[in-house]
Formats: sequence, C-alpha cells, structure tokens
Amino acid sequence: MDELKNVLFTKTHEWVKFEDETTAYIGLSDYAQSEMGDVVFVNLEEQECEVGDTIGDAESVKAVSDIYSPFTGEIVEINEVIVDDPGAINRDPYGTWLCKYINISDKEELLSLEEYEESIKE
Amino acid sequence: MAKKTPLYDIHLKLNGKMVEYAGYNLPVQYSSIIEEHNAVRNNVGLFDVSHMGQFIIEGKDALKFINYIISNDITNLKVNKIRYSLLLNDNGGIIDDLLVYRTNEEEYMLVVNAANKEKDYSWILDHLIDNVIIYDASDNICQIAIQGPNSENVLKKITNQIPEKFYSFIDDVDIDGTKVLISRTGYTAEDGFELYFDSNDGIKIYNLLLENGKEFGIIPCGLGSRDTLRLEGSMPLYGHEMNENISPLDIGLGNFVKFDKIDFIGKKALKDNNKTRVGLKVIDRGIVREESEVYFKDKKIGIITSGTFLPHLNGAYAMAIVDKDYSTIGNIVECLVRNRKIKAEIVALPFYKR
Repeated sequence: MDELKNVLFTKTHEWVKFEDETTAYIGLSDYAQSEMGDVVFVNLEEQECEVGDTIGDAESVKAVSDIYSPFTGEIVEINEVIVDDPGAINRDPYGTWLCKYINISDKEELLSLEEYEESIKE
Repeated sequence: MAKKTPLYDIHLKLNGKMVEYAGYNLPVQYSSIIEEHNAVRNNVGLFDVSHMGQFIIEGKDALKFINYIISNDITNLKVNKIRYSLLLNDNGGIIDDLLVYRTNEEEYMLVVNAANKEKDYSWILDHLIDNVIIYDASDNICQIAIQGPNSENVLKKITNQIPEKFYSFIDDVDIDGTKVLISRTGYTAEDGFELYFDSNDGIKIYNLLLENGKEFGIIPCGLGSRDTLRLEGSMPLYGHEMNENISPLDIGLGNFVKFDKIDFIGKKALKDNNKTRVGLKVIDRGIVREESEVYFKDKKIGIITSGTFLPHLNGAYAMAIVDKDYSTIGNIVECLVRNRKIKAEIVALPFYKR
C-alpha cells in the first residue's frame, strides 16, 4: 500500500500526513469510514487545539462520530471537498484530507500503520 | 445469542455488515445505505425480513376476537385482503403495530414486529376466548420483501400470479415447487411485495429473485436503508414513534382507531393528549436524531422520535412528537443536538410520496 507510506495514525482512527516537522494534513482511516458508513456531513472549524481535543464531528446516515485532534496545533484550513462532497471520505479515505495543521507539537502518541492495524484488531 | 434467519449464510456470502437487531443477526448494509436506498427508489431492492413475527389465529370466533384486541375494524375485511392496525394496552398505549391478513373465512395471519413477538404472543394468549386458537408460525416462515418500481417486473419473471391491489395478497402461489404467499405490501413507500413461505426454501427463493432481478438493477438491501426508506415515507416505527406510553392519537394514527365499533382493549382510556406527530426539515447544517429536544421560541414543545439524512430527498429530516399548539406547518423550531441548537422547519408529512 504505497499511499500509506509515511502515514501515521491515532487510536481514535484519524490518519496524519506530515508535510514537515510542524505541518500536517489529517483525515479519517479506511476502518473509520467503513464503520461509519455513508458520511453526509463533516463539521470542523479553524481553531487552536490540544492533543485529544474534540475538534468536530462526522455525521453518517447511521450515527455521529467525534473527530479528535491527533496533536497540539492550529487548524488553519478545512478541505472544501468534504463540505461539498463528504462521500469522498468513503470513496477515497486516504486521498481525502479533512484539515491542515500548523505549529504542531505533542505528537508522541501517534501510531505507525502496523501499530494501528494491531489496535483495530483488538 | 442472537438468532439466525434462514438467509444468514447468504448475508455472509454477500458481505453484509452484520449487526444484532431485535434478537437476530441481520445485515445493516451490504454496499452503502445510500446506494441501497436509491436502488429501491429507482429500481428494485431485496430485503430479508424473516425476523418479523407471524401468528396464525383461527376459529369460529376469530373475527370477533381480533376485533376486540386491535384498534382498527376488520369486520368488512375480505379474504385475500390486508389491514394495518394497532394492538393497544388497557391504558391506550401501543403494544405493537401489525398487519392483519385474512387468509380464510375463519383464519387470519398477524404480522408483528420482531422485537415484540414474545410480548404480543403472551398478551394475545392472555385474552384468548373460546372457539379461537392461535399459534406462532414465525420460526417456520421466511419473509422476503422485494421493493421498488421494478419489483413487479422481477416477480413477473417467476410467476404470473401477482396481487393487483395494494394491501391484497395471493396464497399458495407455486414458485419452483414452493408454496408462497405473495402480498402487495412493504415498508418503503414504494411499490413492492412481501413473500412468505417455508423457511427451508429461503435461500432458493432469495437467489431466484436476485438472479431474475439482475436485468432490473436489483441489489440486496439491509436494515439501514429499510429505516431511511420508511422515514422518507414518514411511516412510524415501533420503539421510536410508538411505545406503550404513546397513544395512537398522539402520533396522528387516529384513522386506525375505530371508536364506533363494539368494545376493544384500550378504547375507554384513549383521550386527546393534545400531541401530534410532525415532520421536520433541518435548515442548519447537521443531523437531528432521536431523543433530541424540540424548542419553539425557547419553550420545549416535544421530542425527536426518528431523524437522519434521507438519501432521495438529499437532506436531513426528522419526525417529532410535539404539543399540538405549536405544530403548525411552517413553524421554525430548534432542536438540541449535542449542546447545539439546530434550526428546522415543520413540514407536511409524508416527506416522500411516490
């Protein structure tokens, strides 16, 4: 899975791709989108947040799921695509980022792909 | 442990996402709720509804007995016809909603909700009168729903015995050696049929429908789309719009309560609680779901009973039970969702009509 090279994860099913040490894009894992089913709204706002904070939620037909901040930092951009076409998260979870972070710190808890896959088996 | 329906192995083979529902292992979806929902609106979809309960009631006084335990009147219900009704408790609360099939002069089939099967059965047994017998046939019957504008075209490929009118049925239709009761019924607000037959033949009949439906775009559909389809059609669902503390008059089902027939259980207790069921179209971004409180100008007027994103109408909708005084169509209300107030407009029901 080439697209998952350099991708890190959280226990709460967000994925993270770093641009540099303190800048990254985050999204929802394939497992998360598959568990949620059809995503129809994503609510996210530009904000400063700390690791573990609830930064927004994703609504599927079935239920609502919180989205958690993978690290401390500042959300400076929300992906327009997920506002107009939230189903993109189901079709292409790793190609559809939710938001962009800058000034990132507290990123020690992130999981590698192997660690994440282990965690969802449990 | 959750029970398996006769079609359990098929659900696994078709990659159904299995969940426990009303004591049964059933697929919530196979591909996607939205895709399955739209298949039923536009083409045809196939549902396993074998979890539903079927009671056979027969005897010289079966008519008199059923008319006493249900709210609707079946006096003039003809053989091969079906009527929707409610089973009420002594307080006028809803024990269940059900369909009454008149299968013979002195024989009826009641189709009840899976989650209420045992409760209903013992309630009915407790009230049984002489010259009437009842038995629970649920475990021996496979029930499949085929729903959507193309459902008749699919059925026509395997039989020429198609019930013409909505809420009518034909019994003992021979399909590949299996005797099938076919009714023109469903829970999707679309044209469609339900098939009842020996559970041992479940997989054979299911595959026959799936195979013959291919050219019409048939796909297997799960509980998820069953719920979005019924909500789009604004049909009440037991456990949501209905329970033992809700009267049919609170949710706009007065049409199914016949006060002018001879006595029936719950009749004396039924009164106007000044409540009604309304439809809400969500105006703000977001989804309003069950149990969310509804406010009109900061006054709490009711509670959401069902709500989600409706695929065909492409928006968030909900049903609520509210104080009649604030139920005017066009009123703007606010729904409390996770500490946020979301605006919605009261709109006419049903949301969708074919």
